[in-house]
Parts: sequence; C-alpha cells; structure tokens
Amino acid sequence: MARIAGVDLPKNERIEIGLTRIFGVGRSVSKKVLQQARVNPDTRVKDLTDEDSVKIRALLEKDFKVEGDLRREVSMSIKRLTDIGCYRGLRHRASLPLRGQRTKTNARTRKGPRKAVVGRKKEV
Amino acid sequence: MPRSLKKGPYVEDKLMKKVNAMISTGEKKIVKTWSRRSMVVPDFIGYTFAVHNGRKFIPIYVTENMVGHKLGEFSPTRTFRGHSGSSKTSKTTSVKG
Repeated sequence: MARIAGVDLPKNERIEIGLTRIFGVGRSVSKKVLQQARVNPDTRVKDLTDEDSVKIRALLEKDFKVEGDLRREVSMSIKRLTDIGCYRGLRHRASLPLRGQRTKTNARTRKGPRKAVVGRKKEV
Repeated sequence: MPRSLKKGPYVEDKLMKKVNAMISTGEKKIVKTWSRRSMVVPDFIGYTFAVHNGRKFIPIYVTENMVGHKLGEFSPTRTFRGHSGSSKTSKTTSVKG
C-alpha cells in the first residue's frame, strides 16, 4: 500500500492518476514527478516498487508544496487579505466573489445554497 | 495581465513627492489623496494616508503586508447595509470612520 504525503493512494489506479488524490497534485505535477523519478505512469499503484515510491515521495517533498503545507499557505494568504482590510479581504469576509463578478444572480459557488427570502413575490 | 515589471510600480508623482518630503523632514502627518490607483510601495510603511472613496477620506495606516496593493483597495466605495428583512443587519457594514 503506497502512502505518499500522508495520503493513501487507491490500489487499482494508474500511478499518474493515483497521485492526483494528493491535495496540490494534479495531472501535470503528477506527470512531471513520474518523469523525473523515471517511473512508468501506467503502472498500477499496487505494482509500485518500494524504491519507486521512495523516489516519488522525495521528489514531491523537494519541489512541491502539498497537503497540509499547501492548505496552510492558502489559508494564510486569505488571512493576510482579511487582516489588511483590502477589498479582496472584505469580499472574503462576506463570502462573495472577489474578482468583480456579478452577484445579482449566480455567484452560487461563493454564496452557497439559495436562501429563501420571506415576503417576496415569485418572479417568472 | 499585470503591469510590466520594467516600468516599476505606479505611484502618482505628487503623492511620491509628498511622501519623500515627509521622509526627509522626518515628520508624520496624514496625507490626503485622491490617487486610489497608486500602488503602496515600501516607503509608505508607517505613514497614514487619507484615501478618498468618492465621498470622504478614509484613513489608512500602511503596514508591511499592504505593499503591492493599490491605495484604493483599502477605501471601499460602496456601502452595503444588508438586505431588507435580513436578521443579520449588523453584518459587515465595513465602512469605518
């Protein structure tokens, strides 16, 4: 069972795909790492030799910020924005979009599920 | 697309002049400015700017973290007082002072 960066990788996936289970690793990082480690991206995770997984682990830790570190960095950046009180920080606090998108409609990703408004006529 | 690095950060000449004058004399007073488009450069740290938001001047004390942002980002131009009937009206009116 391969365990890289504190994440168990699914046994039956190709290693190229399996690595993307790690937060901060997508297809392109995955490909890059495997190429550097000289591991065939088509090998299944369960067929991975120990040396290979050691190599992959070392390369990932050396060049990329993943999992906890990355999450921390992201939340620190957001915290910085809210602390200095800039426009983007205010938008984060209000959980509204940051980059000038419309909010009259849409923006559901940031706003979350629709909230029912009492006493409003149904618009058709 | 970001501004070309070759040009360096944009700061209104008049504002830069005022700050440089303050640095050379060593005094610290509030600089009123309309130049919301000027970038905060490291020289600004520790000074207070009053940045116009279209209606009044919002005092902003510049700290290290603010370097690289524009002055206007700290002086909100809109007042959102919550929607009608919303129970959480106290939530972020956000325009201070």
